[in-house]
Amino acid sequence: MSRTHINCIVNGEPTDFLAADATSLLDALRDELGLIGTKEGCGTGDCGSCSVLVDGKLNCSCLILAPEVEGREIITVEGIADGDQLHPLQQTFLEGAALQCGICTPGFLVAAKALLDANPDPTETEIRYGLAGNLCRCTGYDKIVRAVQEAAVQLNSTSKQGV
Amino acid sequence: MHYVAPTTVGEACSLLADNPGSRVFAGATDLVPQMRTGRLEPSVMVDLKRIDRLMSVSHADGRWTIGAATPASDLTHNAAFTAMHPGISEGAGLIGSDQIQNRSSLGGNLCNGSPAADSVPGMIAAGARAVIAGAGGERTIPVADVVTGPGQTSLAADEFIVEFEIDDPAANTGDAYLRMIPRTEMDIAVVGAAVRLTMDGDTVSAAGVVLGAVAPTAVRVPAAEAALVGSSLDDDTLAAVAAAASAACNPIDDKRGTIEYRTQVAGVLAKRAAVIAAERAQNGA
Repeated sequence: MSRTHINCIVNGEPTDFLAADATSLLDALRDELGLIGTKEGCGTGDCGSCSVLVDGKLNCSCLILAPEVEGREIITVEGIADGDQLHPLQQTFLEGAALQCGICTPGFLVAAKALLDANPDPTETEIRYGLAGNLCRCTGYDKIVRAVQEAAVQLNSTSKQGV
Repeated sequence: MHYVAPTTVGEACSLLADNPGSRVFAGATDLVPQMRTGRLEPSVMVDLKRIDRLMSVSHADGRWTIGAATPASDLTHNAAFTAMHPGISEGAGLIGSDQIQNRSSLGGNLCNGSPAADSVPGMIAAGARAVIAGAGGERTIPVADVVTGPGQTSLAADEFIVEFEIDDPAANTGDAYLRMIPRTEMDIAVVGAAVRLTMDGDTVSAAGVVLGAVAPTAVRVPAAEAALVGSSLDDDTLAAVAAAASAACNPIDDKRGTIEYRTQVAGVLAKRAAVIAAERAQNGA
């Protein structure tokens, strides 16, 4: 099968890879680039496990054909930490035990980052609607919502200190 | 399967004409799952998102022009459009999650041919038009004439929708879209109802009523429109609207909603949407 050469930026690094045209971005990230943080849940755009940012917008990578990302900028869960310093969302998920099996967690982290980037001080209802595209079968969501609330508080206090 | 990303409408037309079995796509939120299950095996996937005209939202000469591949979130986050056509915006805003909103397009939502497509009733109620490109050039038809049955459209195999045209509403016009689903989020409409009203004081001077998910295609309800025009939305009128909406239903019976349930809820939603549309019309929404 012929493969297409694709150039894009992944987690800030100019990247290129080869993929068959029918390959999903999800499979390309995992199998061609070794970025296995992004998970496949349903493969049909319902569960949000494979969430990534494409040009800053939240997307299901299972619904994107790999050649579509030519020239685009992609952020995966591997790209949200600052070097060895976990993103506040990652830290509050850990401290609040906002995960059990962990398959949905990378998608929740990326979706929650997109949510807080757009709305730094969301209400609980806004968080629940904002994360409606991410399914978790373990936690019952409550600890996830609390972790996002705590991360928002931390991020807001950090940004105020910065000013 | 080969992937191609033309940058002009003409190039896309040539690709479709030259490649039997090719499909255009925008968000692919319906097409990719169909490809993964083997239900759809396109020879060529023609990505329309690199064509500027299909990815733009603009307002000029008394109408909005919306690129058919534009993600729903570009429309719902457009404050000027949402202020003028709140019912269309709220319909588009109900298509799936934020992830899906950033991909799904009005063109795809329409051409997928689902009777439950949330953005379609509001567009039909607004008299929206679809500009269609093909090998023979471009033609413009009412959105209401695009879908002919579940998964079926009136477009030829080498045609696709370039953009939608939505005229600015008359003064004192408001619209609304309501949808019934068994959950609070992320489900397919059991019933959808769009109502657009123009008010002259407390009296309705023009009305559009369109239902989704209760027939093989979205359906206009002329009897409900007739009951509304000339009325002041009194209880008798609203009862007549509900009865007319229920009478227009020819729904499927499935796990989401029985025929009886869908038929009754269609009446309730039409009535409620009419009240919201009238409020918006009178408040200059």
